[in-house]
Formats: sequence, C-alpha cells, structure tokens
Amino acid sequence: MNENAHISQLFDQELERLRTSVLQMGGMVEAQISLATDAYIDADMAIVNTVVENDKRVNELEKAIDDDCIHIVAKRQPTASDLRLIMSVSKIVTDLERVGDEAKKIAKGVRRICERGPMSMLSNATNVAHLGKEATELLRRALDAFARLDCEAATAVIRDDENLDREFKAIVRQLVTYMMEDPRTISGVLDVITIARAIERIGDHAKNVAEQVVYIVEGRDIRHLDKENPA
Amino acid sequence: MQNQHPHPLKAEARNLSFYYGGEVKALKGISMPIYEHQVTALIGPSGCGKSTFLRCFNRMHDLYPGNRYEGEIAFLPDNTNLLGADVDPIEVRMRIGMVFQKPNPFPKSIYENVAYGLRVRGERNRRMLDDKVEHALKGAALWEEVKDRLNDLAFNLSGGQQQRLCIARALATDPELLLFDEPTSALDPIATASIEELVHELKKRVSILIVTHNMQQAARVSDHTAYMYLGDLIEFGKTDDIFIKPKDKRTEDYITGRMG
Repeated sequence: MNENAHISQLFDQELERLRTSVLQMGGMVEAQISLATDAYIDADMAIVNTVVENDKRVNELEKAIDDDCIHIVAKRQPTASDLRLIMSVSKIVTDLERVGDEAKKIAKGVRRICERGPMSMLSNATNVAHLGKEATELLRRALDAFARLDCEAATAVIRDDENLDREFKAIVRQLVTYMMEDPRTISGVLDVITIARAIERIGDHAKNVAEQVVYIVEGRDIRHLDKENPA
Repeated sequence: MQNQHPHPLKAEARNLSFYYGGEVKALKGISMPIYEHQVTALIGPSGCGKSTFLRCFNRMHDLYPGNRYEGEIAFLPDNTNLLGADVDPIEVRMRIGMVFQKPNPFPKSIYENVAYGLRVRGERNRRMLDDKVEHALKGAALWEEVKDRLNDLAFNLSGGQQQRLCIARALATDPELLLFDEPTSALDPIATASIEELVHELKKRVSILIVTHNMQQAARVSDHTAYMYLGDLIEFGKTDDIFIKPKDKRTEDYITGRMG
C-alpha cells in the first residue's frame, strides 16, 4: 500500500473517509455479535430486540460506503493500490453486512428458545458462547489487519478460522448426542445449531476480509486456494 | 525480450541514448520492445523523454544539428537499425508515419493532403492515387464524412476531422509503424473518443507507439505501457499489470497521482 500523499488532497480525504467508514461499520458489527452472544448467554429478550433494531443501521452503512466507492471510481479513475483498495472495500462491506445478518440470526434464534421456555440444554451455553467470543475476536483481528494493512496479521486470521470450523463441528457432534438421547430436545437443539452455524459463518466472513487485506497490500488474490491448489 | 510473447516484435530499442546538442542526455540507455499489431503507450511527466524517444523512430532529431544517438533501434523483420548512418531518413519516414499533437494539415485540399506522401514517393498514376486516398481515408474513419468534398480545403474540417485527416495522410504510404505524439490533447472529449476508437481499429493494420499525457487514455487504448522518468525507462509491462499492480513504486506514485 502506498503511504505517499496524492497531489489531489481531496482524493486523499475521500480515501481516508472510506477507510474510516469501513472501520466504523466493522466496529458496529463487532458490537452486534457481542450483544447477540450476550443475549444467548443471559437469554435476554431486551438485547435480542436491540440487535434486530441495530441491523438496519448496519445495512444503511453498507449502502452508503458502496455509494462512496462508486463515486470515487467515477470521479478519480483510481489505479493500482487505490483501485485495489476501493474494489476490496466494496467486497469487505458486503462481508460485514452479512456478519450483521448472522448476528441478527443469532438473536432471532435466542428469541425462539426463550419463547419455548427455559431449557436445560442451555447448560451447553458455555461452548457456544466461547465460539461466539472467538468469532468476535477473529473479526476484530481482521479489521485490525485492514486498518494497519498488515498482511501477516491477515494471514494469521485466515489460518485461525480453521480452529473455529473445528470447534463448530465438535459442538454439532455433541448436540447430536443430546437429540439421540432425548428426542424432546430436537427443536431446541436445532435452534442452538442454527446459532452455532451463524457464529461459524462469521469466522468465514472475517477470513474473507483478511483475504482482501492481502489483495490490497500485495495485489495477490488468495481466495479459493487450498492444499491441493496452492498459489 | 524474445520470450513466448504472442505478438512478434516490430521494433526494439537497444540501449538507446540520445543527446540534444551533444550536451544534454535526454535518454539514458533505453531497451524496450515494440510488438507488432499492438499499441504501446509511453507515459511519464513532462521532460521525461517520452517524446524524444518517440521521435528517434522516424529520425526527427536529424533535422537539428548536434543531436546524437547511441545504441540502436532495430526495425523488424529486416532488422534494420533505424539509427544507422547508411539509413535514409526519408525512407524511414515512409515506413514509419507520425501524427502530432495539433492537427497540421497542409494548406491544400483534403485529397492532396492524403496523396502528398505518395506524390513525394513518385506515384503519378491517378487511378492508383484515387484508390490509395480512399483506402487511407476509410482507414482513418473519415471517408464517409468527406467523400463528396475531397477538393475542399483541409482547413474547413473540424479539429477532430483534421486529426483524422493527418492519420489518413500518415496511412497513405502504408507504414508499418505509426507514431502518435499526444494526438488528442487539442481535441474535445468526443473527438478524443473517436480517435481512441480509431487507434483500436488501426492496430489491425499497423503497430502503434503513442505518447500521452492522459494516463487514462494510455489505460484505455494501449496493450503495453512504458513509464519513463528523467530519461530512464522505469517500468515496461502489459497495460493491465501497470495499472492494477505496477512493480515499481515510482510507477505507482505517478499513475495514482502522488508526489514522488
């Protein structure tokens, strides 16, 4: 990434504002996941409603940032690192908006559980809550890598997303045994799985953000690479 | 440079240096390929040597005393060194046409402007001249607009038409390489767009080397781009690579509009 100033100061300001808005939106969705996780732990309907309400603001911000990107492209014809930044920002805000949706999904899952009445299987809360904290942390690190344009930090996020996937699978295995032991738990457990699934997806979005950071900095597209298909 | 490039070389600068009046070193050992049927753009700040480089190709610098070349420009496929002392500049200019910043038609009719180079070459056959003039005007996308008034004075055309006339004039001698020195900087956006469209069409017939101040123009019309600075070639590459992921920080700073 290029830290020299543009001849056009206005262009610099526009790019700076774009980055600030992404971080602002990132902060917003981070808070949404935290709130949703809290709602799950405490079975708190008030927090559920807050999360659902806040999601509208996340959506608005996505549209506003995308609009800024389009205006900069039309007006400035950005090239090289500027072009990569703007294209990536447009993709990052899509991921962040989806994270917002996942937070809402968690909140709605909590609502269904609460409406069904207190359930014994919420004793399992600690595991899912832990997963939620890890996902929040992963997203925070991805946004941090974006703020500092730090490729190494971004690569670490991509690597650590695999832990999250593993934990999710472990939780599902555990929950399946609950359902086999007592079929009356099935509908409740399905709600918990939906919540865990949403958290696992947040990790995937954090990974996508981190991949964009690598593209911005190095111009390398590392999406869809795996062990059989390395760079 | 003779790698597995899909387009054969049309010309190649080999360690080319150039001195104005024997003193000022305006080009510093430039080596660069020009591919056949491709558009190569030269970009860089004022005074970087891009026009100087362009003008070496048709020996324009010979018109002033004291100018000196070092190195060579090989012209393919015959591998002629364009800068060789035994090479006749007039012959070179038959094979390499040039279009300037401002349209500069001769104070003659549209027809005579296009026929001029052919007459210099000694062409007398009227039918042959008619054919070549029509072909050149069609090549420059001007034929439909002027076919009914070929004997009008060229100055009566609009700026964009005059520039296309100059392109037709350059095309009439069937050149192998066309040099464009900021061909649209005196034109409005619509005329500019039509010249750019024309450049895209022309590369089917000729190889093209274009100097432009307008970086977006380089991005739009060229296949390869060379960034020059203070007489040095800083970076040469596919235009897509230069504008999305330049290798050199100086190229990046220039094309993104930053202070170096």
